Amino acid sequence: MKDNRAKTTIERERSNEVVSLVVPSHPKYLYVIRSAIFPLVMDAGFPKREAQRVVLAVDEACSNIIKYAYEGDYTRSYSLDITIGQGKFVVELKDSGRKPDVSKIVPRKLDDVKPGGLGTHFIASVFDSVQYDTSREGCTVLTLVKEKQ
Amino acid sequence: MGVEVTLEKINAGFLLKVKGDVDMNTSSDVRGALAQVFEQQSSGMKALLIDLSQVRYMDSSGIATLIEGMQHCMKKGARLRLCELSPSVRDVFELARLGSVFEIFPTISEASAGL
Repeated sequence: MKDNRAKTTIERERSNEVVSLVVPSHPKYLYVIRSAIFPLVMDAGFPKREAQRVVLAVDEACSNIIKYAYEGDYTRSYSLDITIGQGKFVVELKDSGRKPDVSKIVPRKLDDVKPGGLGTHFIASVFDSVQYDTSREGCTVLTLVKEKQ
Repeated sequence: MGVEVTLEKINAGFLLKVKGDVDMNTSSDVRGALAQVFEQQSSGMKALLIDLSQVRYMDSSGIATLIEGMQHCMKKGARLRLCELSPSVRDVFELARLGSVFEIFPTISEASAGL
């Protein structure tokens, strides 16, 4: 039986500091992720504005998991491994939903003003690297990397 | 983390006040309030003002909701004006390069002027 509580496990290892979160796929828990991410980005030495943008982009990535990977199924869960150190902030999101067609994930043109499609733009704008790994059996891993300037 | 939406009738039309985080979980509440405005809307409505001063966070679903609202207003010949954007919301608009798409005012009184 799945544990649907917002379970947060904090693992701080000496060599590479990793914070791990396992979150139910209900969007009501998105604020938990935002609340966790913001101080971590600030602690990593990013300015406040950058930290807010990282929070936004991670929130969008999580929303995409709920909408597209889990197709609105709020009874699932996904994980985030946040690695801090060595001049970068790395978020690895793992879900066990429908695998995306990575070739179709492209930020839309902003001069085309319409509802929807902005999340991918935010993710691509904020992070220096956005990589999907769909090769693993049963899961998709999205790795987001933000380098410190 | 929820959102509170209150609706006031003003001379030019309606003032919608939004408080809280507008994200995938709560944007439907804002969308519902907008639908309520458009149901009540009389043909003489000149504008819908949306006060965002108490919104500390907004994601793409919130932006999408506002774009839908703006498009609906345009179809009805009314104006949608955003007021008092908090710094974090202003930054999201900047990131989305929407600053020139919406009519944005520093205060409600300035947004009400000339309507």
